[in-house]
Amino acid sequence: MNITFEINGAEKSVDVEPRTLVVDLIRTKLGMTGTHIGCDTSNCGACTVLLDGRPVKSCTLLAPMLEGRKVTTVEGLASGGKLDAIQVGFHEEHGLQCGFCTPGMMLVGKALIEANPHPTEDEIRWGISGNICRCTGYMNIVKAIQHAAAANAAENTAGVA
Amino acid sequence: MFPAAFDYVAPGALDEVLGLLHEHGDDAKVLAGGQSLIPLLKLRFAAPVIVIDIGRVDGLEGISRENGHVRIGARTRHRDVESATDLRGTLDVLLDAAPLISDPLIRNMGTVGGSVCHADPAGDWGAVMLAVGAEFVVKSAGGKRVLPAAGFFQGPFTTGLNSDEVMTEIRIPVGGGRSGGTYLKLERKIGDFASVAAAVHVVLGDDGRIAKAGIGLCAVGAQSIKATVAEAALAGQEPSDEVIAAASRLAAEAAEPKADIRGSAEYKRDVARVFVQRGLRTAVNRAQGAAA
Repeated sequence: MNITFEINGAEKSVDVEPRTLVVDLIRTKLGMTGTHIGCDTSNCGACTVLLDGRPVKSCTLLAPMLEGRKVTTVEGLASGGKLDAIQVGFHEEHGLQCGFCTPGMMLVGKALIEANPHPTEDEIRWGISGNICRCTGYMNIVKAIQHAAAANAAENTAGVA
Repeated sequence: MFPAAFDYVAPGALDEVLGLLHEHGDDAKVLAGGQSLIPLLKLRFAAPVIVIDIGRVDGLEGISRENGHVRIGARTRHRDVESATDLRGTLDVLLDAAPLISDPLIRNMGTVGGSVCHADPAGDWGAVMLAVGAEFVVKSAGGKRVLPAAGFFQGPFTTGLNSDEVMTEIRIPVGGGRSGGTYLKLERKIGDFASVAAAVHVVLGDDGRIAKAGIGLCAVGAQSIKATVAEAALAGQEPSDEVIAAASRLAAEAAEPKADIRGSAEYKRDVARVFVQRGLRTAVNRAQGAAA
């Protein structure tokens, strides 16, 4: 069947089998391998993408469910060679070690601070509770999201002034 | 992992869904948020001929108050219950249960009606619906039925829903006094299925006595369990510590836990007792502080 949806701002129309999982569609058919397959059982969050701005697990979505909707993957975060604030946060605070969970962590973090620009540490930890990191112990991931929230807040203040 | 092949349709109108269910019956599965169905498809525990996606049917989402009921559209997402803070004071147990369901990403997709119809004995909504005395509106090409939550859960993944029916809404009666409730859940790690959980909802009369009490137990039997003997023992009583302790022992007797990696049967039964006791105390305290 044919499905049409938007991914990282570009409209795509592709032929898929209905049973195709979104994570496989993105990685195999569209060649974007920033979205990872971790547990493949909706536990780990390595496959996180944003669906109409909300983080979801793309291993637990069927491709036809994307019809008419907007998907953002880690490849859609930077624009015009400029890193998104959440990427800068992970860079500056060293919010990763092996990097496998990082695309999902950044997308969840971005959605979190868009919905809640000044999250507490508890709110951040609650927000990333569906994403597993086996390296960092989460300390620097929390700091990275706080860094991005602070950077956004500073930019907004500058914009007002 | 990927599912066995199936035909896929996403009708724009409920009538089309009902027509397809009438035509395909047991060969069809309804897809809402997919957070229970898709894992089953991937594991090939389910291999339907046709998947009917109800994601494009209007009118199945949202929470509203109508004629003494709170109405929850069957396709309402868990996260939309989580953020329905105006339910505080009326249906505390829903607000306490929602954030404990799986993780934030699953709650963004998964639906209340989907979870109820999936009827996992360790699913959180079943116990909640039993505690609040919910009714389920189900439709087929032949018409509409309203099924009480009590009796709906008949075994693991087995409900009173016929193969040509789809759930469209959940109705929860509210009013009739000051109410309070809560949900207590034991899990091995954040986002886990319950090892044991208890849902409690209490309505107090003008005289301060318990007008109505609802108790649902999760993950301690072949299906979600309504502790009817304990509920009956509470009705008309002063909400004293002794009455609550006695009711919690009766509720634990309604549990039918099995020993597994999460704990022995005796342990789970006692956790159920403790959760019902604590839950009733919290529910009564909240009701006493609530507006009528």
